[in-house]
Amino acid sequence: MHGLVFTRWCGALVLLATASGASAETRAFINARIIPIAGAPIEKGTLVVTDGKIVAVGASGAVKIPGGATTIDLAGKTVMPGLVDSHSHIGSPAGGDSSAPIQPDVRVLDAIDVRAMSIRRAQAGGITTANVMPGSGHLLSGQTLYLKLRKGSTIDDLEIQLPDGRIAGGLKMANGTNSIRANGTGPFPGTRAKSAALVREQFVKAVEYRDKVQKANGDATKMPSRDLAMEALVEVLDGKRTVHFHTHRHDDIVTVIRLSQEFGFKPVLHHVSEGWKVADEIAKAGLFASVIVIDSPGGKQEALENKMSTAAVLDKAGVVVGFHTDDYITDSRIFLRSAGLAVRAGLPRDKALYAMTMAGARMLGLDSRLGSLESGKDADFIVLSGDPLSVYTHVEQTWVEGKKVFDRSVPEDRLVATGGYGMGRDATLETDGDDEGGER
Amino acid sequence: MRLIYGTVLALALAAPAAGQVAVRAATVHTMAGAAITDGVILIGATGKIERVGKASDVQVPAGYRTLTATVATPGLIDAHTVVGLAGALNIPADQMQLELSAAIQPELRAIDAYNAREVLVEWLRTHGVTTINTGHAPGALVSGQTMIVKTVGDEVEDATVVPVAMVACTLGNDGLGSTGKSPGTRAKAVAMLRAELIKAKDYLAKVSGPEDKRPARDLRMETLGKVLTKELPLLITAQRAVDIMDALRVAKEFDLKIVLDGAADSYLVLDQIKAAKVPVIVHPTMFRAGEDTENLSMETPATLKKAGILTALQSGYETYVPKTRLVLFEAAEAAANGLAFEDALSLITIDAARVLGVDKRVGSLEAGKDGDVALFDGDPFEFTSHVTGVVINGKVVSETPQ
Repeated sequence: MHGLVFTRWCGALVLLATASGASAETRAFINARIIPIAGAPIEKGTLVVTDGKIVAVGASGAVKIPGGATTIDLAGKTVMPGLVDSHSHIGSPAGGDSSAPIQPDVRVLDAIDVRAMSIRRAQAGGITTANVMPGSGHLLSGQTLYLKLRKGSTIDDLEIQLPDGRIAGGLKMANGTNSIRANGTGPFPGTRAKSAALVREQFVKAVEYRDKVQKANGDATKMPSRDLAMEALVEVLDGKRTVHFHTHRHDDIVTVIRLSQEFGFKPVLHHVSEGWKVADEIAKAGLFASVIVIDSPGGKQEALENKMSTAAVLDKAGVVVGFHTDDYITDSRIFLRSAGLAVRAGLPRDKALYAMTMAGARMLGLDSRLGSLESGKDADFIVLSGDPLSVYTHVEQTWVEGKKVFDRSVPEDRLVATGGYGMGRDATLETDGDDEGGER
Repeated sequence: MRLIYGTVLALALAAPAAGQVAVRAATVHTMAGAAITDGVILIGATGKIERVGKASDVQVPAGYRTLTATVATPGLIDAHTVVGLAGALNIPADQMQLELSAAIQPELRAIDAYNAREVLVEWLRTHGVTTINTGHAPGALVSGQTMIVKTVGDEVEDATVVPVAMVACTLGNDGLGSTGKSPGTRAKAVAMLRAELIKAKDYLAKVSGPEDKRPARDLRMETLGKVLTKELPLLITAQRAVDIMDALRVAKEFDLKIVLDGAADSYLVLDQIKAAKVPVIVHPTMFRAGEDTENLSMETPATLKKAGILTALQSGYETYVPKTRLVLFEAAEAAANGLAFEDALSLITIDAARVLGVDKRVGSLEAGKDGDVALFDGDPFEFTSHVTGVVINGKVVSETPQ
């Protein structure tokens, strides 16, 4: 019986491998300038990919190309790891509704449209992994989802399975003005202090819930009633789910540090417009900072002192810095621009490229799988026409786990990259209750 | 002693006199003929350009302050923005670009609402943008007037180049009224616009008629009258092909001078735009696609320019973040999407000046024109280059690299 199941299982695997064709194939990408992130750029290098994984990367002479490998000559091109966008709204998910300011039970997993043009645009921008989040119009708007931008027809095709069987994702929180609503209008906070109090109240509950679960010690009769919201917060307390915290003003950033230290979790700070004012405090707290690069300051009071130099200042203070698109706020197709503009404002080039890839991977806790070109890692990489930090450079190809998901030489894909007739069908869903709501 | 010191300090802090500035750059893009290698731009005490030429040919007079750069270009022109009426805070108190009590209000003057001290004006200035066409935003059928200003001065009077430049009109979804308010459809919008233009035509006729039959002065009609006499162009924001065609049809019917704005679908009706000899202030290259702009392409600036249509770029109107765009960055993306360097630069210099009708004063580096120069430490379009200096009317207004 056991053997039969095993045989059938194996047969299914073989069928799958045959059906997906290319996955078992070995490809050698040769003669490219390779920026592995892990280590110095290789002027003329080879990248070998088998079954969705990187099996070798190095200088042309130093890497042996396996027999039977398909060779792809990328002379004149630049290859670097796929970009990791630590904060995006592609697939236009709405998270929590207006019934409550804190909704940890709500999952964007249940709301993402994987056929959305925005996901194709992200592939065209060289993004291979994205943290898709609900909005910032809540103190806690729901669970986020880390997506691999594979070609897929349902959300299941894009999910990332963790070794413990869970689906990879975080939790979105926000402070400052986006989650504040006019005093006395329902359950939402009217002030910053009230915002913090509401958050502390929920985390105190979560600590108590966890204690009850621990005391029950597996005895079903002693277990508290199952609470989806509490379960998500307990994952945060246990370090199994990362909080991605939208925060702009210096005092709001410090409030995040205070709350996270009280309850013992390590959030990733997002946007951090005034992070340059509290760089040492962020460094001391050991938190990651995911920076948004915007073409001008303002749009709201708390972003008035947003600076292009924020990333440079944080990096200098010793903070691990990444970037995000906040798509639809900035367009996924021009994500590399964030690194270029940050370098303009003083961030070293190598740090800027690290920020686009490895830093993002670390922020999502996926750095053992992605973020750099190293043997054993997922074959997520992009082929560029030139220097990653030049405006004239285009993303020519995007590969996820050894499969090409975008190719600028294919007219249909090129149209996604440039925009054009029929390409914007679902581009705007501004009213999903996010900071993108534009209400304040 | 203290008094004297105070006076000296005050003098030092006062704005330095314009002119007597020389800009020397490894490459000078004059936008009037070929670029000059190792060129010099001399700006005299009047704030006007005296001479542009090779450094070997141009003697910098004694007493001139010399600025050096890798690249110098004319001061950049943003052909359509709302900065100065719209502020960075994005709260009702600093959003003066759109008044929605009536669908048609051409009498609203930009000059009565422009805040020269707005931080976004400074943001544009320090990034090399020296001239802007700013005013009432898209969002109402006829939202009001625009004006052309330099990004300098404490008050609007210090900044004004053209106090009334254009009358802003919006066709398509963005120009519709809120629920229950007309216009509720595209066809209604065009009907309302035509009716108002007919009224203005009658007004014009009566104003020039017998004195005893002259109508009471009507600011709205007066402004539309200037549109009818082609004194003022109608700046028509029209994104979809249907809206662009509506704009061309109305322009033909009333023999108007129009400028197309946005024009996301313009690549679908290139021949018609070209035949009508209408200039286009195209949407920002990186503009977000959605609703009427869902089909926009980053290649449209190149498509229009290559079709021989007079084209300028704009920073446009943003409701949230970024509160303003920079035409420098938008032109850079246009250069990355099909345009040669100087063709992309022309969208924010000489061609923008032509579209705005101010090319006798700005848009290129030529003797007799305003001393407006942007300085760079590399290719102006590269992300990693900096704007290292800005000169407006011969005055150095920014020297902090941006």
